[in-house]
Amino acid sequence: MAAKKENIRNFSIIAHIDHGKSTLADRLLEKTQSVAVRDMTEQLLDDMDLERERGITIKAHAVKLNYKAQDGEEYELNLIDTPGHVDFNYEVSRSLAACEGAVLIVDASQGIEAQTLANTYLALDHDLEIVPVINKIDLPAADPDRVANEVEEVIGLECMNAPRVSAKTGENIEQVLERIVSDIPAPLDSDDSKPLRALVFDSVYDNYKGVIVYVRVVDGKIKAGDTMRMMATGAEFTVVDVGYMRATSMESAKELTSGEVGYITASIKTVGDARVGDTVTTAEYPASEPLPGYRKVNPMVFCGVYPADGADYENLREALEKLQLNDAALSYEPETSGALGFGFRCGFLGLLHLEIIQERLEREYDLDLVTTIPSVVYKIHLTDGTVLEIDNPTNYPDPAYIDFSEEPITNANIYAPNEYVGAIMDLCQERRGVFKNMTYVTPDRVDIAYELPLNEIIYDFFDVLKSRTKGYASFDYEIKGYERSNLVKLDVLLNGDGVDALSFIIHSDKAYGRARKIAEKLKEHIPRQMFEIPVQIAIGGKVIARETIKAMRKDVLAKCYGGDITRKKKLLEKQKEGKKRMRHFGTVEVPQEAFMAVLKLDE
Amino acid sequence: MKNIGLYIHIPFCRSKCPYCDFYSMRATENQFDDYTICVLESLEEWAEKLGRKSDTLYFGGGTPSLLGGKNIALITRRAKELFGVDGEITVECNPSAIDETFFETVAAAGVNRISLGMQSAVDGERRKLGRLADRTKVAECIKKAREAGLENISLDVMLGVPDQTQESIKETIDFCLESNVPHISAYMLKLEEGTYYYNNAEKLNLPDEDLTADMYTLLGDILEENGYRNYEISNFAKTGFEGRHNLKYWNCEEYLGIGPSAHSFIDGKRFYYPRDLDSFRLGCLPVADGEGGDEEEYIMLRLRLADGLIFAEYKERFNKDIPTQIITRAEPFAKQGFVKISKDSLSLTRKGFLLSNTIISNLIYG
Repeated sequence: MAAKKENIRNFSIIAHIDHGKSTLADRLLEKTQSVAVRDMTEQLLDDMDLERERGITIKAHAVKLNYKAQDGEEYELNLIDTPGHVDFNYEVSRSLAACEGAVLIVDASQGIEAQTLANTYLALDHDLEIVPVINKIDLPAADPDRVANEVEEVIGLECMNAPRVSAKTGENIEQVLERIVSDIPAPLDSDDSKPLRALVFDSVYDNYKGVIVYVRVVDGKIKAGDTMRMMATGAEFTVVDVGYMRATSMESAKELTSGEVGYITASIKTVGDARVGDTVTTAEYPASEPLPGYRKVNPMVFCGVYPADGADYENLREALEKLQLNDAALSYEPETSGALGFGFRCGFLGLLHLEIIQERLEREYDLDLVTTIPSVVYKIHLTDGTVLEIDNPTNYPDPAYIDFSEEPITNANIYAPNEYVGAIMDLCQERRGVFKNMTYVTPDRVDIAYELPLNEIIYDFFDVLKSRTKGYASFDYEIKGYERSNLVKLDVLLNGDGVDALSFIIHSDKAYGRARKIAEKLKEHIPRQMFEIPVQIAIGGKVIARETIKAMRKDVLAKCYGGDITRKKKLLEKQKEGKKRMRHFGTVEVPQEAFMAVLKLDE
Repeated sequence: MKNIGLYIHIPFCRSKCPYCDFYSMRATENQFDDYTICVLESLEEWAEKLGRKSDTLYFGGGTPSLLGGKNIALITRRAKELFGVDGEITVECNPSAIDETFFETVAAAGVNRISLGMQSAVDGERRKLGRLADRTKVAECIKKAREAGLENISLDVMLGVPDQTQESIKETIDFCLESNVPHISAYMLKLEEGTYYYNNAEKLNLPDEDLTADMYTLLGDILEENGYRNYEISNFAKTGFEGRHNLKYWNCEEYLGIGPSAHSFIDGKRFYYPRDLDSFRLGCLPVADGEGGDEEEYIMLRLRLADGLIFAEYKERFNKDIPTQIITRAEPFAKQGFVKISKDSLSLTRKGFLLSNTIISNLIYG
């Protein structure tokens, strides 16, 4: 049953990672009795295993809650969950665009962190009413007054009377629901009589229903049997079903009307046909203008993904195909490497996205993978005026024809207690950062702004940042644009043969240091073989670092163990298996760990 | 029907050496006699079951000499009666566990070869290996064996043990040469899971891969100069003194192993007694370990020998020629001096012996 428009509230919950977003969401579901207590597993909204393990929300979800407020009215609350990582900023922005308000959770002991601010500003950009909530008051280190002050000072939100809750224990959760009802505006400017305009804020592929499109209806209405049209792509589908998302099921409805949040199914085959940010209208009564803000998300980070066993190539292709059904931001195309055989060049939003996809391929599809060093997209200007976009070192042109190169630069913000300023600045300096600004958010917390090249942060920046600041720093970035840069391509030669999968593009200032490290790592991780193997790192034809892996001397089972021949045989078979897991480059065998080791040079 | 080899495992030691993972334990005199009876019973059962003759008998361990000369003699005599053993009869001995009359007693029963667990002629190294006797005791032991008429003596030497150096291995080699024994087994230490050595490898001052390989090469060179032939990866002998029982393993011939942890290969089947003294004493049957003696196994074992894979013998055994890809795969190794290929045979060089796992695996599996 559709509620009166005055009684609808559409909101998101925004927070820094680990400040308790999912737990609060669970409490809200419980309080509104949207879920039977027996169905309550921890963090119900995060339904991918991976999400639960990493404690982050990867894809947005939505749920409709019914709440009877203290004023006696029955309200329809639509909670739209948002991903909490910089890689998914665009998705966050679309989720926020579907709301009138946002609940901002701040941890009562940690206070404001990088994503607290980033997400708040994003919410303010969308003119959302923000309801601050101070969470984790049950912690011994909780200091709600200080944090409330911080929120008032830094963000300028009235916070002294904000609900102080413990999502963990359920304390004061009722107050949050009351605030949502009283502070967040109803979607009153919606108009059922206008042509349909519904914002897609998420889409999920389901084996039975096809793509389930999650929408916020801004104008008009939609029902089963209508012909829906995606305004960005022009694709049309016959609507099979519309309805509301409940905590544990989908609830079919006669129609969705303006101001509401719900789902549409229409036998859509891939999420690429119902992209986040697109506007749904109907062919029967089409809108003339789509809702603002749509853009096709472009992958920022690329790497080669190869099956460890060449026989798995088809399985990998199928797995990528299936993942893409659900992830329009993932791109892939076939690629061949002299070293790794047949595989795919895959594009990702960022490193987290890359790691998630890699883990899902390995876990859900049981694939053993070798991935190459991630690369950003470089713009290479040739002397004849053409511009190449290179995301694969293999395609790097002959330096003789390069006029100049450009690389993507980010605006990065790091928030941390002021005692770590030195460590953070050292790190940013090492990563070719350009210092922009530093502000004291509070007397003992700083916000440091740097311009950092994207290729300096995609490998391990966040890990190193966390370790150097004992986990206290948080980090956020957005792409600023391209800037001229002095790039070179490093080639790795084993026994004189180039290993394409190990070459990569790097700033020339970093080339020597990194080359030395790569050579050392390879020496450490490639086992000694029947002959001596020179490991060379070169720019163009010039070798800039060299190590030698000595020839193996001893690999023998001296004693025959009486007549235990089986044991000997097993040893040989183990050797055969071990060899199968090696990558062969000419006559050199390289274990997969060597690839990984080259990726993670700072460990 | 061809003769089989007979192996008898004696699972007792005075104390456990810190590198050893063979099946053995401490035991009392009573247990020695009790175990001897079990072995005798088992011999009888097998003799009846198989109806085969044996031409070698080998007492391994553990420390067979610990069982006492009398018991070894008993088993030897019975084995000769039951299996008609008429060839090489070896007893492994630990110089620290030999009673006064041991050699006379066993020699009288027909034992004609002694394998002495010296390991090193350097006392410091020996102590670290858990060996109690000193160098003089080893020399004395050799002398006593000879006095009992036992000329066919083999000395065990270990390579790559803690504190060992190029100089100290020379001391051990010199000792072997001075003793003028006709056979030497030189094993490279392997850290076996579960042993003290395995768990404490960092603390042990172990020579690295290169040094151990150098020691092996040095030992091989010196022994060969002095008339010993490196007839198997770890074994060196003067002409005619090759270990016949052990050659059965490497020639992929049949043998019967009696005692806990002993392995057998009979009629194409491999089987073994579990590592459990009680189950053996109670008469439990050995456990099947699959088929044996196929081409791969034969190639793997024969390549441990200096003679290597003799094509005519392969053809006689399997009724077909050696797979050509084995030769093709061997060619690059031959260029590097790891393998010798002639028109009649394929074999590993000493340099190749050191890398035999890699090479053999490559030849068989590509």
